[in-house]
Amino acid sequence: MSIWVNKDTRLIVQGITGKQGAFHTEQMVAYGTNVVGGVTPGKGGQEVFGVPVFETVREAKEKTGANASVIYVPPKFAADAVFEAADAGISLIVCITEGIPVLDMAKVMRYLAGKDVRLIGPNCPGIITPDECKIGIMPGYIHRKGHVGVISRSGTLTYEAVKQLSDRGIGQSTVVGIGGDPIRGTGFIDTLAAFEADPDTYAVVMNGEIGGSGEEEAAAFIRERMTKPVAAFIGGQSAPKGKRMGHAGAIISGGKGTAAGKITALRKAGVAVAETPDRIGAALEEAIRTAGVYGACVTCEKVI
Amino acid sequence: MKIHEYQAKELLREYGAPVPGGYMVTTPEGAKEAAEHYETCVLKAQVHSGGRGKAGGVKLVHSPAEAFSCAENLLGKRIYPHQAGPDGKLVSKLLVTEAVDVQKEFYLAVTGDMENAGLVIVSSAEGGVEIEETAKTRPEAILTIPVSPMTGYRTYEGLPVAASFGLDAAQTKELHALLRSMVRLYLEKDCSLVEINPLVLTKEGKLLCLDAKVNFDDNALYRHPEIADLKDPAEEDPMELRAQAQGLSYVHLSGNIGCLVNGAGLAMATMDILSAYGGSPANFLDVGGSATAQKVKAAFEIVLSDPGVKAIFVNIFGGIMKCDIIAEGVVEAARELGISVPLIVRLEGTNADKGKEILRASGLSIIAAGSMAEGAKLAIGAAK
Repeated sequence: MSIWVNKDTRLIVQGITGKQGAFHTEQMVAYGTNVVGGVTPGKGGQEVFGVPVFETVREAKEKTGANASVIYVPPKFAADAVFEAADAGISLIVCITEGIPVLDMAKVMRYLAGKDVRLIGPNCPGIITPDECKIGIMPGYIHRKGHVGVISRSGTLTYEAVKQLSDRGIGQSTVVGIGGDPIRGTGFIDTLAAFEADPDTYAVVMNGEIGGSGEEEAAAFIRERMTKPVAAFIGGQSAPKGKRMGHAGAIISGGKGTAAGKITALRKAGVAVAETPDRIGAALEEAIRTAGVYGACVTCEKVI
Repeated sequence: MKIHEYQAKELLREYGAPVPGGYMVTTPEGAKEAAEHYETCVLKAQVHSGGRGKAGGVKLVHSPAEAFSCAENLLGKRIYPHQAGPDGKLVSKLLVTEAVDVQKEFYLAVTGDMENAGLVIVSSAEGGVEIEETAKTRPEAILTIPVSPMTGYRTYEGLPVAASFGLDAAQTKELHALLRSMVRLYLEKDCSLVEINPLVLTKEGKLLCLDAKVNFDDNALYRHPEIADLKDPAEEDPMELRAQAQGLSYVHLSGNIGCLVNGAGLAMATMDILSAYGGSPANFLDVGGSATAQKVKAAFEIVLSDPGVKAIFVNIFGGIMKCDIIAEGVVEAARELGISVPLIVRLEGTNADKGKEILRASGLSIIAAGSMAEGAKLAIGAAK
């Protein structure tokens, strides 16, 4: 089992004929993701790595039975791409695009409210259920099938965490990059709740960072609702106040959103917080040993 | 993106907000001429920082001659507002504006509410002080009222603000008009903050925006070229400007270990691990999740232009971007730029072994680190 994506996911790629879209379509197809179609207005009828291109998302969905979409279009057009996918009845939308204006995302979220649509991202690496379905830009080969869920606001730091787990023989159920923007479709709590409900996930790693209050709210959720062990790392402990650290959402403003505040909240909720980013795997291992699920979480060969 | 007070006031005026008249001047002569329009006026240093008053950047003057001498004392000097950091801010522009008799001071702002994907009006009947300060000492004195980005301002949303300010019927109408202007400005120009502090009630009983701060969403500047033009390069860190032009995300810090990392999360984590082991990062630098050899070289140039850098730590997790490509970029940059400080490189992920081999075969004195922690320790040792 897993959350949100699996071998039955039928994916379309919005912006499939662009440089990023085409490159990652090839990578996703090679990984084994069921990419059933792509969309680029004006390029309907073409093929990209054997994947048929359609004019609109609606047409792609009607002809292929797609139930998920990934967006690789430039920031100017990304919000409209989400609207289009939602209007066409796609229930899982993964938006990789970085640099979407905040007000565009605010309108997107208002539009999606109450609809049966899950948006992951934007400004994220995507979502992967190892050996079944890779949607996004992450390097597939570092992942191993298993029972630890991973949630992260960043890209390469997620890969770092996943590699540390895989090296310890600890496979992953699903890895979700929720993105580095201040307004995101799916947050920590939605993802934690899904992992808590997934019988095949035994523990969770969450990578947070400075800015916003998502980690503090996640800490409250973990304390009240989670029975599964959680390990965490919070990036930006050494970041200065008032400076945006690469991600649009990674900024300490008005004394709020500090790493120290988030770490304290998570520790109070019983989360094993890694002091340094090289110890994410170690923190998780300690947490699952304490919880008595270490043996069950070892699903692949240890290399360290 | 930030702009100056005089620019923020011009924008607010365009949107119909009550803003006092004024002149932006850059010379003592200009200040004198401007002061001739007023009986008494205020000279305000135009720098991107709060706390200017306490730092001596705001002066009340009673004659053109006094305006001249006061401007002479301010222009070309540095002021040190507590929000501005140890280097202070160089004053090269002054706003000369009418002095106003004030009855009451309030705080009023429109800003983003990320958790609810909308906006909020933030207000306090205790104006003139920083809102963070009020939030700490008297949080109950702050009102926050959500506003939908789909509808804009609706009159009932401002009523609690009017009540807390103790406004009469005519003043309440003025407040609605002001809030409508602020929200419209926020939505039309993709702001991240429209702040009036203080908003004052004059002796005559009128609302007036005595100070104003407007910030913008960088991601939306492409659709507001007229706003992008308001940027004052003198207020930006020169290295950060150079990095921006190269499409790199860079933040200048005060330490001595230059960092070059792919991905914002890992770049922050790299600063953290250096700090955790007793080191001090000179910068945050994200070359991007899909860095090219060319970008790596541009990044080296920026890191090396910081005279404080005593060692460089390259921390790369190759995903889609392969480590051998990154290694080639590192070697090329090291050769062309003649890097004279110790260079520590940690490569992990796709083709990491190939990358390490390229570094080894280059004959350059590049120190290869086996792990992030080892790299951090090596860099700290080398920077000492």
